[in-house]
Amino acid sequence: MRVEFAGLALEHPVVNGSGTFDAIAARRVFGDALLASFPFSAFVSKTITPAPRAGNPPPRLFETPSGLINSIGLPNKGLDGFLAQDLPQLAELPVPLIVSVMGTSQEEFARLIDGVAGREEVAAVELNISCPNVHSGLIVGEEPEETLALLRALRDLTGKPLIVKLTPNVAHPARVAIAAEEGGADGVCLINTLKAAAIHPGSARPWLGAGRGGLSGPAVRPVAMQQTLAVAEAVSIPLIAMGGVATGADAFELLAAGATLVGVGTESFRDPRAGEKVRLELAEMLAKSGFSSPAAVGSTGAGAPAGA
Amino acid sequence: MSGSAISGSATTARPEPQRPQPPFGRRLCAVAANEASGGYRLFTLDDSEGPVPRAGQFYMLAAAEGWGRETGRPYLPRAFSVASAETADGGVRLGFLADSVGPGTRRLCDLEPGQRVWINGPLGRPFSEPAEVVPGAAGAILVGGGIGVAPLALLREELADRNVPVRTLLGFRDQRHSGGLDDLFACCEVRLASDDGHTGHRGYVTDLLAVLLEGDAARSAVVYSCGPPPMLEAVRAMCAERGVACQLALEAPMACGFGACFGCAVPLAEGGYMRLCVDGPVVGGEQIETAMVPGSGH
Repeated sequence: MRVEFAGLALEHPVVNGSGTFDAIAARRVFGDALLASFPFSAFVSKTITPAPRAGNPPPRLFETPSGLINSIGLPNKGLDGFLAQDLPQLAELPVPLIVSVMGTSQEEFARLIDGVAGREEVAAVELNISCPNVHSGLIVGEEPEETLALLRALRDLTGKPLIVKLTPNVAHPARVAIAAEEGGADGVCLINTLKAAAIHPGSARPWLGAGRGGLSGPAVRPVAMQQTLAVAEAVSIPLIAMGGVATGADAFELLAAGATLVGVGTESFRDPRAGEKVRLELAEMLAKSGFSSPAAVGSTGAGAPAGA
Repeated sequence: MSGSAISGSATTARPEPQRPQPPFGRRLCAVAANEASGGYRLFTLDDSEGPVPRAGQFYMLAAAEGWGRETGRPYLPRAFSVASAETADGGVRLGFLADSVGPGTRRLCDLEPGQRVWINGPLGRPFSEPAEVVPGAAGAILVGGGIGVAPLALLREELADRNVPVRTLLGFRDQRHSGGLDDLFACCEVRLASDDGHTGHRGYVTDLLAVLLEGDAARSAVVYSCGPPPMLEAVRAMCAERGVACQLALEAPMACGFGACFGCAVPLAEGGYMRLCVDGPVVGGEQIETAMVPGSGH
């Protein structure tokens, strides 16, 4: 099931969503068995910010029907801590490393790109743009103009692939994807979590410590499907699609909708080896359906309704 | 290896008790039995693949069938401390104590022999032996409350096997919430307290602890505790005031159990958070300012 994504040659199309699998903690828990059957063809790190972050106050989780609201708040060691402590451990993984970064200005993003993209252990950089630009106050990923300006500022800093993580919390994600492509992005990744909240029945106050969070899991899968169709139709750069993927059939459908890679996120919480399960089921489906490769699934014109 | 994302230093500075390594990935186990136990359910699972767990460790559990039967919940697996572990036929028979309070515990309490459960574990940091916590420590005092008696049952067995003197104090709200007592502690001497006075001392188990800690001998004991957050906090404060070392098994909302979701954040006394699944669930009393973990008990 070999596949190429933005110049990266990968063994198969199943990767992790950023922030849904900590390979360092998992190795501490499961030992080298993790490396022997690593569930993903590339590993996407948790989002790194310039300075360390402790994350949001608990409670950070709320279970919903077929889903999970989280408000984790991007805890991380900061750029320097990541480079000194985490990167050497992530470099021991048997797959290419994609580092997710988030800044609150073009200057911060530039510093992050400078810090990580030059390292030979890093194959590509994912830009988490679901945060406000401190200068404009606008959420970068919600504004095509902000996204275009950011990509233009960063594009020449590295020759490595830049992948833009799209937010689903806009009316037209495809417009942001088009701006990312115009700015020189090598790929887009979607969907991030849907804005969500829960109320504590006892106190009648918001359940989560931070008040608001983001919804993931099978509950969001149809939204991911629609947005994948819309974005695939609008851009020619490749897509990493995710959102509630739990089976090979879910992955197959996202490939059919136009994705090149498929991300597994919340399902890994339920089963640490979910990525492997999805890959094996997908391989079986491809073989049964007569597709020669994952890429062949997306070339069938799934954007047009079936059975018309 | 480093500890939590921000504040790993305090948690890794403590001596790390040996923790058995679970197989990578969840696996199916058959239910051996599921019996009523003082208002709770005590169910056992036959694990043919996993190692023998240490007391204080936990498993993520999800019924293979009927998980999500209540309008899409439960969706995530549930974390359970292991209450008993008996090796047999090349595997381990794991015992868990459950109270039917939500969609996840309701499904688990309904398990029938022969049905299957997805398990991932044993996970987390176990209790340390007294001598690992305090050099030359003379013995252990176990303080359990309600369903929190579960990990202490296994700890009592572990310590007895090593000939460590153990005194066990258990507290229960009422008869309905006294599960595990007869089944998990039948063999041994325990001192009891109950809120309603149906058994033992009428009042809190911490009243019994206060009496024990008055003696000088208590200074060389280590207190081990698990139970409702207000009880744990009383134990933590009492031990801190008297300079007695304590280890507390905490609970926090948890999606994965292996450090992936960062959901089970518990505030550290030094600032920042630990991930309870990989840096706990057993913590030293000195690591936290309060055992009242936000969101626990959901």
